Amino acid sequence: MDIQVRVWRQDGPSDKGRMVSYDVKDISPDASFLEMLDVLNEKLILDGDDPVAFDHDCREGICGMCGMMINGVAHGPERATTTCQLHMRHFSDGDVIDVEPWRAAAFPVIKDLVVDRGAFDSIIQAGGYISAPTGTAPDAHATPVPKADADAAFEAATCIGCGACVAACPNGSSMLFTAAKVSHLGLLPQGQPERDSRVLDMIAAQDEAGFGGCTNAGECTTVCPKGIPLTLIGRLNADYRNALRKG
Amino acid sequence: MELWENGDPIRDEAAPDGPIETRWERRRFSAKLVNPANRRKLSVIVVGTGLAGGSAAATLAEAGYRVRSYCYQDSPRRAHSIAAQGGINAAKNYRNDGDSVYRLFYDTVKGGDFRARESNVYRLAEVSVNIIDQCVAQGVPFAREYGGLLDNRSFGGTQVSRTFYARGQTGQQLLLGAYQAMERQIAAGNIEMHARHEMLELIVVDGRARGIVVRDLVTGEITTDLADAVVLASGGYGNVFFLSTNAKGCNVTATWRAHRKGALFANPCYTQIHPTCIPESGTHQSKLTLMSESLRNDGRVWVPLSASDKRPPGDIPEDERDYYLERIYPSFGNLVPRDIASRAAKNVCDEGRGVGPGGLGVYLDFADAIERLGVKAVEAKYGNLFEMYQRITGEDPYQVPMRIYPAVHYTMGGLWVDYDLQSTIPGLFVIGEANFSDHGANRLGASALMQGLADGYFVLPNTINNYLAGGPFGDISDRPEVASALSSVESRVQKLLDVDGDRTVDSFHRELGHIMWEYCGMERTEEGLTKAIGLIRGLRDEFWTRVKVPGTGEQLNQNLEKAGRVADFFELAELMCIDALHRAESAGGHFRAESQTPDGEALRHDDEFSYVAAWAFSAEGRPTLHKEDLDFEYVHPSTRSYK
Repeated sequence: MDIQVRVWRQDGPSDKGRMVSYDVKDISPDASFLEMLDVLNEKLILDGDDPVAFDHDCREGICGMCGMMINGVAHGPERATTTCQLHMRHFSDGDVIDVEPWRAAAFPVIKDLVVDRGAFDSIIQAGGYISAPTGTAPDAHATPVPKADADAAFEAATCIGCGACVAACPNGSSMLFTAAKVSHLGLLPQGQPERDSRVLDMIAAQDEAGFGGCTNAGECTTVCPKGIPLTLIGRLNADYRNALRKG
Repeated sequence: MELWENGDPIRDEAAPDGPIETRWERRRFSAKLVNPANRRKLSVIVVGTGLAGGSAAATLAEAGYRVRSYCYQDSPRRAHSIAAQGGINAAKNYRNDGDSVYRLFYDTVKGGDFRARESNVYRLAEVSVNIIDQCVAQGVPFAREYGGLLDNRSFGGTQVSRTFYARGQTGQQLLLGAYQAMERQIAAGNIEMHARHEMLELIVVDGRARGIVVRDLVTGEITTDLADAVVLASGGYGNVFFLSTNAKGCNVTATWRAHRKGALFANPCYTQIHPTCIPESGTHQSKLTLMSESLRNDGRVWVPLSASDKRPPGDIPEDERDYYLERIYPSFGNLVPRDIASRAAKNVCDEGRGVGPGGLGVYLDFADAIERLGVKAVEAKYGNLFEMYQRITGEDPYQVPMRIYPAVHYTMGGLWVDYDLQSTIPGLFVIGEANFSDHGANRLGASALMQGLADGYFVLPNTINNYLAGGPFGDISDRPEVASALSSVESRVQKLLDVDGDRTVDSFHRELGHIMWEYCGMERTEEGLTKAIGLIRGLRDEFWTRVKVPGTGEQLNQNLEKAGRVADFFELAELMCIDALHRAESAGGHFRAESQTPDGEALRHDDEFSYVAAWAFSAEGRPTLHKEDLDFEYVHPSTRSYK
């Protein structure tokens, strides 16, 4: 199939940036979206042009490195799918496809489609962990965990930190990302001792990193490649209120 | 001219002797300690933030060392350990099915086709139980049963259920555990994290590893970082094949640069071809995707009985199907180890019985499991894997059998290390997939996660003390070795940019991958390997005269990154072929067509090849072979039989 992509080109953080059109011919419907960009880049290089910079690594939907706005939707038209797992069979011959980077105050553009998501790490640093230094653990069976809690914790823990939630949010909020980690750890008995400080510190960190506030728009969960549910934000808010009340 | 030279034998001087059950305890006791106040004066560089590097960095920082970590990704959470699906082995014997540390040790030595060190493997089995405890304490959400206790599944090459898992995302959950422990130490100021940085050279001064040269992948700035010890946790080299299940960025540069500086490279030819990957769909293919081997617990592998049978799978009646693994290996059936399952798939495809485009695929069929357990139970176990398959192929595995084909997945070879995980360069430690130590010629499923975390949480943090007790090693910032390492990297980067030819980096990488897959893949011959070496040398020369790297060195330049990695893959590829050529036996993932039993099984030659092949670099392209003899005091080498 033949398509046209209109790609955001930006040389560096201070460059203003612009959309540039490219024709991509003879793409297999079985190619992934990133493989389509690979084909484009091979051509650009041989033509003496600057290839499009984009982040990617595992190309199997788990590392969270890839991510771009495709026709205005984070990770493109397929639900619960990362950009690397999106295949060209979901597009039609002759389509014109817009490709842009995540746009959020807390994710500055580095080049083209590559953004800096270091702010996510700073949220985890504020409390997205259980303090269990190596060697201190009791036997794994010392504390049984009800299966329902373990399963719910797992579902929350499947977040890949790609940033689609932030990119889709009209406020550029990281609430779903933070809520996923607060819920994962807060649902487990091991996570209880730090439960209050964790939620307070992580919320403070996300504010400080320049993420916007949450107004329950729900765009985040719609684009989340792992289907992290919006209910976790409610859960986070409850935890936050409880922690505040305890002072 | 001979392709290699024979050097002196090498010995693992750090290995304790005596009863195997007490070796690790005695080594820990004999290793020197560093008192807590002195640890703050000692710095350690850790390259890579996967299971091994992440767990090591966190643990060393908790101990009080000053740690600096590097990864090429934008966050340490993205290292490729995250993609491991199936699970992690541990000798907990929670199922009361006869498991024990000794049995895990035995299975791993046997699974490795008697080409691993007994002492190392025993230690691995021993600390496996601590790993599960540690990860549960960190909040890793392993699968649990209704009583709230941990669930287990079984995996290839074993007859007990000892694999702990978190649906099909075990690697992700374990890595996030290590990542979160790291982030806690970053916040505490004990780890300085450098994401989007790539190590391009090792700095050796007075015979000790004392630092690295790194390139900031955003600004292009090239700098040095000096420390008291360097830990490489940079993963495996499967991407030498271009198509593999590795992440696109995985590369050999960190370990290869160390090899060029004097670290021996061991068993490079031992590569694992994983049997259950999604087949290639066309020339655009940029990587291959693994489907967890846990699928073989419930999926049945088959091809049509007749090569001429081109009907859709659902139309082929039961008695015209060949469930070849169950037929050839009745006691292990679909759960034979990876090397055996892969070669069996290749054999039926070579017979023309392969399915799907190009005949390069076999069926993995869940119809029986769905009938026995119900769709819901199958979904609970494998839901995300089925989804992933459907997304990539556009086919629904609940309705039609999956098509699978082997793909390069893991490399057992790596830098040679002693029992302390120290390379032949003092102060250079190598952990996880980057070293060669525990899996012999073939790794069993769910053992990579175990080894990465064993090395990082429990082994290295003990053994590195013994080395660091001799430090701090003094200020070397004015030494000429530091400046020359820096300038060598700068000139190499410039050289890549200056070629300005007419072929892309990827086109060279793809061609190199074809050569390796054809001649150094699932089946190797003397003739093919000899030919491959010639082809690789020719292609490498062409690379340095025709490669086109766009842009400059002073910016984010992904093609420049790739070019440096591919340049190192060329050199590694040649060593892999030489190693494969010299090892005129079949062992584990290394199958030499000249060395097989009458019924086509791998044939080892213990009298000649019961050793680790540790290679020294030679700038003239003639590496020197140093042999480390392997002694088997506990598990007597036998012919692996899974029949």
